[in-house]
Amino acid sequence: MEATPLQRVLATVIGWGVALLLFFPIAWMVLTSFKSEGDATSPHLLFSPTLESYHDVFARADYVTFALNSVIISLGGTVLALLFAIPAAYAMAFHPTHRTRGTLLWMLSTKMLPPVGVLMPIYMLFRTAGLLDSRSGLVMIYALMNLPIIVWMLFTFYKEVPNEILEAGRMDGAHTASEVWFLLLPLTLPGVASTGLLSLILCWNEAFWSLNLTSAGAAPLTAFIASFSSPEGLFFAKLSAASTMAVAPILVFGWFSQRQLVQGLTFGAVK
Amino acid sequence: MATLTLRGLRKSYGSFEVIKGIDLAIADREFVVFVGPSGCGKSTLLRMIAGLEEITSGDLQIDGKRVNQVGPADRGLAMVFQSYALYPHMTVRPNMGFALRLARVPKAERNRKVDEAARILQLEPYLDRRPKDLSGGQRQRVAIGRAIVRQPKVFLFDEPLSNLDAALRGQMRIELSRLHEELNATMIYVTHDQVEAMTMADKIVVLQAGRVEQVGSPLDLYHHPANLFVAGFIGSPRMNMLPVHVAETSGSGTIVSLPSRQRVTVPITAGTAQPGDAATLGIRPEGLHVDPDGPITATVTLVERLGGLTLLHVRAEGEEAVTVQIEGSDPTGAHDQIRLAIDPAACHLFDTAGRALPHLVRHPLAA
Repeated sequence: MEATPLQRVLATVIGWGVALLLFFPIAWMVLTSFKSEGDATSPHLLFSPTLESYHDVFARADYVTFALNSVIISLGGTVLALLFAIPAAYAMAFHPTHRTRGTLLWMLSTKMLPPVGVLMPIYMLFRTAGLLDSRSGLVMIYALMNLPIIVWMLFTFYKEVPNEILEAGRMDGAHTASEVWFLLLPLTLPGVASTGLLSLILCWNEAFWSLNLTSAGAAPLTAFIASFSSPEGLFFAKLSAASTMAVAPILVFGWFSQRQLVQGLTFGAVK
Repeated sequence: MATLTLRGLRKSYGSFEVIKGIDLAIADREFVVFVGPSGCGKSTLLRMIAGLEEITSGDLQIDGKRVNQVGPADRGLAMVFQSYALYPHMTVRPNMGFALRLARVPKAERNRKVDEAARILQLEPYLDRRPKDLSGGQRQRVAIGRAIVRQPKVFLFDEPLSNLDAALRGQMRIELSRLHEELNATMIYVTHDQVEAMTMADKIVVLQAGRVEQVGSPLDLYHHPANLFVAGFIGSPRMNMLPVHVAETSGSGTIVSLPSRQRVTVPITAGTAQPGDAATLGIRPEGLHVDPDGPITATVTLVERLGGLTLLHVRAEGEEAVTVQIEGSDPTGAHDQIRLAIDPAACHLFDTAGRALPHLVRHPLAA
């Protein structure tokens, strides 16, 4: 059915409304970051912008170290998860058994448990293994944390690939590894890429494990932000400046990859 | 050079058996066609030979070597799929050369072989196109080309022409036969289309419900079907089946009585059948003629004019659907009352178990 002009206007208004609503906190945060600490709690839109907070933030903490940790841990967690998820999803999509469905559901069910429920055992394990405050420890946790979602996503993308194409590859002499490398991955590249992007974003924004398992050495940007909510009280301008700097890289990254992301997430049949 | 031997080959999914013990020998350079109705297991059997389906029990030998446990990549066979299954992200050249690339054949040699296959299949202008930019017939040729460049021991075809339109199908049939001659290769071809089976095969294997019903040359099956199933399956339009009784047996044939009590002598030995036994008389549509002095009266219910020939659907001998094939120039029309004569040499007789009784003389073309 064709939408009437009124419906179209209404849809546009609602669309913009929702978008602004979602965008408002971030915009407010960016605005606040340019205010002086005195102006920070007042809701005025007119103020004299200052870089004072950014200056203070840089002076107090080593942004670059935190940012580097974030990059290494997010990339590491994503790559590690993909290394396990690609073969797992391949096996489940193309060589299913009567237990495949159950396995998939079980994997997803692990995401239903609140992470805090396993904090103690994981903390103990990390302490014993000497992984506390280490990048490799966080890489592992992040990979495990995102593995169920990544396997699920890859599984649905792989399901779109006609089995006959892979069978043709097998008849052409491809063993499993070359089948995955030469046929499956190129065919599902948009899907695999968007899965990786999503995993990167989830890792980047993760706070629970990073706050609990790191102190200084391996702390990523989420810990950097948290360090500005200090016991002496909240300094909103500095907190906003820190947050803005923490989300800026992933925001820019998301902006550039959004086409890829949308294309991948709505990725249709392989034709 | 490749021979194939299947011994007691079986396949089950859980407790459900789809291939129920198949024994078959395929000679070098033979063109073998598996035919049968849908669900008869012909594609499954082909996929078992390819290695894409596990063999539950029995032996599969290629050139005398048991290959049950050898994966599809290492059996040295090539397969053409019904859906073509081209690699959508590659252009035609890498599609055709993929097997060689996996086998680490140097690029120059790879290109030479792809060019050669492209020449045979007239694909030269399309080597840089992607599959989605090709027509159905071109895609099919690329799929065949992909098989050719490997120089496989055996070519496997899984209903390769069923996605093409009728004209293209006819053309590809001829091309495949030509290719078989040119390449001198062993080919196994699965189809449900009996025209493809009859025209291309050296040997047809008729399958039903996971069992082999008959193996033989096309004319062998046409003129000497082993049982009612093969008789009904091979030949279009279908063979007419009339319920009869054995009236007399003698050295010069068997006399059967039709439902109308008319008697017909057919040059077939009665075997174990005794006078009085029920039997089924099979007559192909071209074995019946319109003849004013014929013994059978019939009413024409429908006339199908194909131009060169005409099919009459008549009601005769208590059977609703008897088909008669006559000349296209014959003026017989619907609702006409006609009389039919039977050509005794074109008759087949089946016992109550559906087995064919042997003819006194074999057809000269079905030695």
